[in-house]
Amino acid sequence: MTNRRPLVIIPAYNEEESLPAVLKELAEQTPGYDVLVVSDGSTDRTAELARQSGVHVATLPFNLGIGGALRTGFAFAVRRGYERAVQFDADGQHDPLAVQDLLDGLDRGADMVIGSRFAEGGAVTYEVSTIRRRAMRVLQWLVKVLVRHRFTDTSSGFRAFSRPMLEYFAHSYPVEYMDSVEALVQACNAGFRVEEVPANMRGRTGGAPSTRKLKLVYYYVRLLVVLLVSTTSRSQRARRTAQRDGDAESDSESGQA
Amino acid sequence: MSTSAHVLVIVLAAAVIAFIIHLVRSRRLRAKYSVLWFSIGLGLAVLAVFPDLLVWVSDLFGIGYPPATFMLLALSFLLVLALHFSWELSRLEDRTRALAEEYALLREEVEERLGQRMPDGSG
Repeated sequence: MTNRRPLVIIPAYNEEESLPAVLKELAEQTPGYDVLVVSDGSTDRTAELARQSGVHVATLPFNLGIGGALRTGFAFAVRRGYERAVQFDADGQHDPLAVQDLLDGLDRGADMVIGSRFAEGGAVTYEVSTIRRRAMRVLQWLVKVLVRHRFTDTSSGFRAFSRPMLEYFAHSYPVEYMDSVEALVQACNAGFRVEEVPANMRGRTGGAPSTRKLKLVYYYVRLLVVLLVSTTSRSQRARRTAQRDGDAESDSESGQA
Repeated sequence: MSTSAHVLVIVLAAAVIAFIIHLVRSRRLRAKYSVLWFSIGLGLAVLAVFPDLLVWVSDLFGIGYPPATFMLLALSFLLVLALHFSWELSRLEDRTRALAEEYALLREEVEERLGQRMPDGSG
């Protein structure tokens, strides 16, 4: 059972303010996409409103964090036979029409396509504070050291995934905070092809940034530790790359470790 | 060690063992932990009855102050135990997480078939 329609996965935690507009925009501008909202233990009407708008809704019994919500979405995509899926924000900062740019990346053979706020040709409008920019620089540098490739936007939550990538992430997507950076390193180390395309992003239409500052610093340090001590060894990467080169089509099987 | 202190330590060790037995009998302690705690209780009891054993071991390792030997053993044991519990906790969290994800997917399927949202439970 395969499904050629792209699946848009929207992790949502108490997003009743912004979600309806996001879903409406998706339905109007990209009617060819299926949509799954993963309500991540929301205590407001997030799941109810999503259900009313006629999209798929997976309701987590308690808050797992964005990584857990995404993993649920990936498992859904795999079980329903979707060939491609896109991670999309519930707060309205992603443009439905830009999804096609990510999907084009998949068609070029990439397993994961990242919509970058900072890639050349991308957003000049996206403003971040100095501290945040520095923190992102450190991450960018660390990722470069770990995977030997320079990504301009390591923490972007606007991404598309191929079927093999979905199968891999359905059971091994990182569940710690700032999952996107770890996921990027994981995918590269596992031998998947990761590509960046420029993507414009807008300001948030509702809801508050998910975390307070001090907590953010703590999570940031935690992520650095995780990145430094974890992630698969070089030998494992080599093995996977070899496997991939030998038999590109059966890549989906090797993800089932 | 004075006789009264000796008796006190023996009574304490016996009480610990009795409490462990009670927990296991009332099935509030899983078997894998009961073995662990029984060996600890037994070790305590042996040391309580033969305190000279500690002196002997201390001499063997060249530790001049026997209670330090006891502290060292106790501390290392607790450290290993805490680490073990962290590991166990991580595993439990992973399982809870997997269950939650599975629940969400199954619920989605049920709701899709019924064509309506299930009422929210306790959350």
